[in-house]
Amino acid sequence: MEQNHTKRQIKVTRNSLFEQGYLDEQFTQLEDLQDDANPNFVEEIVTSFFSDSTRLIRNVETALENYPLDFCKLDDYMHQFMGSSSSIGAKKVRNECTQFQEYCKARNDDGCIRAFQRVKQEHATLKRKLEAYFQVSL
Amino acid sequence: MFSRRWRSPETDVHVLAVDDSLVDRKVIERLLKITSCKVTAVESGWRALQYLGLDQEKTSPDFVNGLKVDLIITDYCMPGMTGYELLKKIKGSATFREVPVVIMSSENVVARIDRCLEEGAEDFIVKPVKLSDVKRLKDYMFGAATTTTLDPPDNNNNKRKLQEMSSPSPSPSPPSTSPSTSPSPPTMSPSTSPSPPTVSPSPSPSPTPPTVSPPFSPSQLDSPTMRLKVTNSDQA
Repeated sequence: MEQNHTKRQIKVTRNSLFEQGYLDEQFTQLEDLQDDANPNFVEEIVTSFFSDSTRLIRNVETALENYPLDFCKLDDYMHQFMGSSSSIGAKKVRNECTQFQEYCKARNDDGCIRAFQRVKQEHATLKRKLEAYFQVSL
Repeated sequence: MFSRRWRSPETDVHVLAVDDSLVDRKVIERLLKITSCKVTAVESGWRALQYLGLDQEKTSPDFVNGLKVDLIITDYCMPGMTGYELLKKIKGSATFREVPVVIMSSENVVARIDRCLEEGAEDFIVKPVKLSDVKRLKDYMFGAATTTTLDPPDNNNNKRKLQEMSSPSPSPSPPSTSPSTSPSPPTMSPSTSPSPPTVSPSPSPSPTPPTVSPPFSPSQLDSPTMRLKVTNSDQA
């Protein structure tokens, strides 16, 4: 009935996040850590991630406005960003961070700027999708 | 010759987790709690030293009464003090040098792993940390009996039991450095090799039997913090 329909929807939504590469196995690891005593664990972690990453994005934006670019600092920010993306299983975001780091290593201004746009895009998309997912699943 | 073995603590294993990332701190905390550990999570090497009472430069060992830390698990890349630097400070302290230290890193760099192991790190985990990593660690350090698992026990985790001495068991659970695809780096699990090639348990040649350090009173020796090897350690 309606409940089953919602459950199915949730499952479909969740599966599509994996199939489309937004999430990877690490997200499942987090889900496995959830139980009756900690029913919102994943959402808590994801919320922390987005609050952290939003701050990092702001830092990177500022750093990208200062020329010559401080690639060390940028790499540092991205390392943090990549680390936490990886910890929640945010696959696409993590991959874009890696790209960014490549451009940092190559000291490529334009490359960094473009890569960062993609990071922001994937970050925003994931945020939207996960917010929608948590809304229906909780 | 014999593998390092820590006594199964009489109370819950208490882990000090160190990571500058909030997300990672929350995750490791949950992972540890699920494996029945008590957790204190701090955000930096300095906070860790503060917690351990090692932040003061003192010439004599500084005992923090009642502080029982059975394991320290720390991120490698942290601003200010790296996990490696924290490791060195811990291994250089009289009070906590026997406490096993595990390093976590998102980068699987063999030179880094080697350096940490040489400095006395017990193990090296590549992030993201999984439940199986934590279970494996806890099982081989403190005995499988101390881990309540959510899943049915798998053979790998139960390979090492408390009574088990060094006999190298067949290939233990997957190296902690998954998901990397590089050849398996030297994970210093006790049962992997009889004598760890590059690790000296403590930098100084201090012997391991209980009578090691004069400042330790008998009650300290009984404290789990003094993680002394209770086996006839022929640490080669």
